[in-house]
Amino acid sequence: MPIPWLSFLVFFPLAAAALIALMPRSAERSVRLWATIAAAAEFVFSLPLWWRLIPGMPHFQFEERLDWIPAIGAQYHLGVDGISGLLALLTTFMTFIAVLGAWTAVEQRGREFFALVLVLEAGMLGTFFCLDLLLFYVFWEAMLIPMYLLIGIWGGKRRVYAAVKFFLYTMAGSVLMLIAILSLYLMQKNMTGVATFDLAAFYQMPIAPAQQFWLFLAFAFAFAIKVPMWPLHTWLPDAHVEAPTAGSVILAAVLLKMGTYGFLRFAMPLFPNALQQCGPWIAWIAIIGIVYGALVAMVQTDIKKLVAYSSVSHMGFCMLGLMAMNPQGFAGSMMTMLNHGISTGALFLLVGIIYERRHTRAISDFGGLWKVIPVFSVIFLIVTLSSIGLPATNGFIGEFLVLLGASRHNMAWAVVAALGVILSACYMLWMFQRVVFGPITHEENQKLTDLTLRERLVFVPLLLLIFWMGVAPQPFLDRCQPALDRTLQLTNDRAAAAGRMVGQLRGEPASATSNLTGGGQ
Amino acid sequence: MLWIIPALPLAAVLLNLLFGDRLGKRGTSVLACGAVILAFMAALRAVLQLAGIPEEDRRIVETLYTWMRVGDFSANVSFLLDPLSAIMVLVVTGVGSLIHVYSTAYMAEDPSFRRFFMYLNLFMFAMLTLVLADNYLLMFVGWEGVGLCSYLLIGFWYEKHSATEAGKKAFIVNRIGDFGFILGLFFLINWTGSVDYERVFAAAPHLFPIGGIAITAATLLLFLGATGKSAQLPLFVWLPDAMEGPTPVSALIHAATMVTAGVYMVVRSHVLFQMAPFTLEVIAIVGAATALMAATIGLAQNDIKRVLAYSTVSQLGYMFFACGVGAFGAGIFHVMTHAFFKALLFLGAGSVIHGMHHEQDMRRMGGLAGKMPVTHMTMLIATIAIAGIPPFAGFFSKDEILAAAFSSGHFPIWIAGLIGAVMTAFYMFRLYILTFRGEPRFIEHAGHDAQGHGAHTDEPHGQGHPVHESPAAMTIPLVILAVLSIIGGFVGMPFQEGGHLLERWLRPVLESAGGLPHSVGHQLSHATEWALIGLSVAIAGFGIFMAFRVYLQRPSLATSLRERFAGLHNALIHKYWVDEFYDAIAVKPIYRLSQWLWRFFDEKIVDGIVNGVGYTLEGGSAILRLFQTGYVGTYALFITLGVLALFLHILRS
Repeated sequence: MPIPWLSFLVFFPLAAAALIALMPRSAERSVRLWATIAAAAEFVFSLPLWWRLIPGMPHFQFEERLDWIPAIGAQYHLGVDGISGLLALLTTFMTFIAVLGAWTAVEQRGREFFALVLVLEAGMLGTFFCLDLLLFYVFWEAMLIPMYLLIGIWGGKRRVYAAVKFFLYTMAGSVLMLIAILSLYLMQKNMTGVATFDLAAFYQMPIAPAQQFWLFLAFAFAFAIKVPMWPLHTWLPDAHVEAPTAGSVILAAVLLKMGTYGFLRFAMPLFPNALQQCGPWIAWIAIIGIVYGALVAMVQTDIKKLVAYSSVSHMGFCMLGLMAMNPQGFAGSMMTMLNHGISTGALFLLVGIIYERRHTRAISDFGGLWKVIPVFSVIFLIVTLSSIGLPATNGFIGEFLVLLGASRHNMAWAVVAALGVILSACYMLWMFQRVVFGPITHEENQKLTDLTLRERLVFVPLLLLIFWMGVAPQPFLDRCQPALDRTLQLTNDRAAAAGRMVGQLRGEPASATSNLTGGGQ
Repeated sequence: MLWIIPALPLAAVLLNLLFGDRLGKRGTSVLACGAVILAFMAALRAVLQLAGIPEEDRRIVETLYTWMRVGDFSANVSFLLDPLSAIMVLVVTGVGSLIHVYSTAYMAEDPSFRRFFMYLNLFMFAMLTLVLADNYLLMFVGWEGVGLCSYLLIGFWYEKHSATEAGKKAFIVNRIGDFGFILGLFFLINWTGSVDYERVFAAAPHLFPIGGIAITAATLLLFLGATGKSAQLPLFVWLPDAMEGPTPVSALIHAATMVTAGVYMVVRSHVLFQMAPFTLEVIAIVGAATALMAATIGLAQNDIKRVLAYSTVSQLGYMFFACGVGAFGAGIFHVMTHAFFKALLFLGAGSVIHGMHHEQDMRRMGGLAGKMPVTHMTMLIATIAIAGIPPFAGFFSKDEILAAAFSSGHFPIWIAGLIGAVMTAFYMFRLYILTFRGEPRFIEHAGHDAQGHGAHTDEPHGQGHPVHESPAAMTIPLVILAVLSIIGGFVGMPFQEGGHLLERWLRPVLESAGGLPHSVGHQLSHATEWALIGLSVAIAGFGIFMAFRVYLQRPSLATSLRERFAGLHNALIHKYWVDEFYDAIAVKPIYRLSQWLWRFFDEKIVDGIVNGVGYTLEGGSAILRLFQTGYVGTYALFITLGVLALFLHILRS
């Protein structure tokens, strides 16, 4: 029997967390050292996802299947494909970066803090790897708790409000999702007599378009909150502002991707006819989010909040790419997920670095930083440019492909969404100007110290990725495209199958099916 | 080995970044200038190689790797050298080399010397990528890249608010143009399935009916991109503000190279534009209107660099209306000659500013001819060249444009061009006279720094020195550019059988696919052509004469004219209030809308609902609290009951 590698990836951080929680409270230094080693080891263990995963394989790889609750047919079923593989790499990478970046930021209860971050990592990986709907729900919820605690305990002044808001929003969505999962389970059982939560079985199960609608809405609601899509986004600015740096980094880099991943893996292929019906609406909501997030980001006075609203805008691009339902849109969405993780993660780290030194995040408290901390400023500039999608940085590839995919589906989508590209330059450069340029207006900034060696080390891999993914994104695209194509194919096939089902009921010819891909060629 | 041309300046950026602090200013200059000069030599070698290829297949394509391939869409990183990009690449590296050398002296005392040259080299990399790209997407990399460098260099003295403000404005206005570029590109990709020039141009005639909606929309959007980059109506507003940057930057980026990228893109895409007559009309009108508008504003500016900035906007207008009337070759011709004389004018202005210890106001200059002889002579040559006096470079290109407008029947455009030409001659000689002739209107040894110029107004430079000529590193580039401004037009000598040298050189590009005559000027009879030449020279002479009359012979005339046309003068001084207009119709409303969305929609409506739900739950939970006994046993009971109920329900159904 081969090594259960995916389980190892999920449970290694959990075990590390347990060990760290057992360390003596006074051993702050060794706690963070061991936490960093654990996160680094986890990243190294996950690296084979880059080369051992065969993109062209028509099914999930490294599958593991154990009976979990035999009575109801729930299984412990893990597997990975190009989509979840890249997102898992993003998770282990950004968790490592977040832990390394949080060394000095956490002033108290470091032991619990790092243990929770590792628990969170386990939850996130489980969510990406699991192929059983009940297991998915469990991981999905399990992820919520460490994040809730990270915000609620190590957060800023309004941490309790932010944590509760985060929890309630997400719970509201997941309750509906649970109901939908149970309904699916019952449908399956009624139809085939087999009790299972297996995703593959649901992929096989035809669902009448009429039934799809409500189930889709329930899933979509849960995922839309997580993305977050306008107007369900208001938990995000609060959560980001209050969360400690590492929490913000992970929240932005990975947790938001759960929403888009959920759409891609569950909501879209399972309910393709409902998607057909709602897709244009979701696309327009995503576009509103792009423009809205950018506009509101522009008037923020707190840097972190500005970055949070920019996330709303960027995640709108992800959703728009999915709704385009073509290879370019899908690939663009996938790239935007990765890019947003890297660039926004880096932005939160940068904000965290000046927050640690000045204990403020107000834009007006800064100005003239270039003169005092040039290394910080140059890195900040590069990350800013990647965030606004400058060509030759990662941000461009994602935005371009999303917009290209959108333009193929509906030119109007691309036209309005591209306004976000103008606006992102406005809010990011304006913020950058006020923080980094100009004379020094506050005496305290005169004594700021530039990045330490550890902080520089944090940014080296981030910057390398920003340029690598911008200049030569093909290795990334090659790894996710076959899986994305399969998802697209599955969605279209299922839409056609359900169409036939309706056709048979009505006695119409089977060919009267519709095509999801829309305009273009 | 085309890739080496953009790679050299990029390598210099990286080397300066990593080792620059150990190299010192000397090492930095050698590295930065050396890279660009080497790039020029590499370009020269490649162009000679190109010239050796028979005309039919005179193009060198070099594909490095696949940039991205998604579904049926793919884009390569590949470079193209053909007669068109050859001209651009020689102008960019040639003029770029001179400006780099000039900058070593001009920026010598700036504490951020190394940063300056890194930006400048990065700009060269982006600009060379732009002109050498083999497809629209890679061109877009350079396109946004030069915008970035422009942003960085305009805001180079980052402690000065107006400089960073101008840099940001330039980037955002350019992004509005880029919005058009990228959308136009989507039209092309979705119709032709490619971004490669060759495939787009080959496919377009079969896909688009001439004058059809799709091709018109695509070309209009591309042209929107060009108006951003090349400072045309309605997006010209960033260029005058861009003068906040160091003067060599104005010469390189905001006169000779980057701002001509829009013209290059239109000429590159002439196959598409020729299929959209409506777009061409729009380009002609926008170009002519911009040429006129900017020229009028240029009449009233007192800042030496601002006059040149508006002059640049105006000259770019000429290049565009050349394209608009179908004379793409003439447009590129003017790009080239303009690069020589406008770079020279800016560098000369920089030399004056340097010699005057950062004085930019022409009202405090005058009589500099004797004190700065080299600067004076070279500036005079450039001024004559831009005014359109034969046989200087500007005359040939401008005349070709005007002749094309005339012969293609665009009489209003032609007349606008003529009026613009009078004004050009007038304001340029006004600049020349106010700066170099007449009585000095400044006090030597005066500390100009005291006049509210911060540490970084312009070049950090000692104060209280007498006005002086600039060092050789600055004057030698001036002299070379002056020579080019004199002889640069000879490649476009009219009355030649089979078209002039430049025309024949460009023929493989411009007649490759469209088959339409590009330089309609040559349909004219010799007599008409002579008459047109006579007219342009007369008009330029008239402008020059008026400038001498008003500003040298009877200075009181200027004052009385100003008073008589006070309203007009006020409008010109305020640049027709375009900035204020944009501020009122776009910037402020968007800001207010954003505030409202945040403060009202997000915080009141959405959060109001969320918190409302929360409070309702809180009220409800007051009742539920009765169940909260605090005994674990009770909880366990409820949990068990709940789980049981769930399971029963599931198992039954």
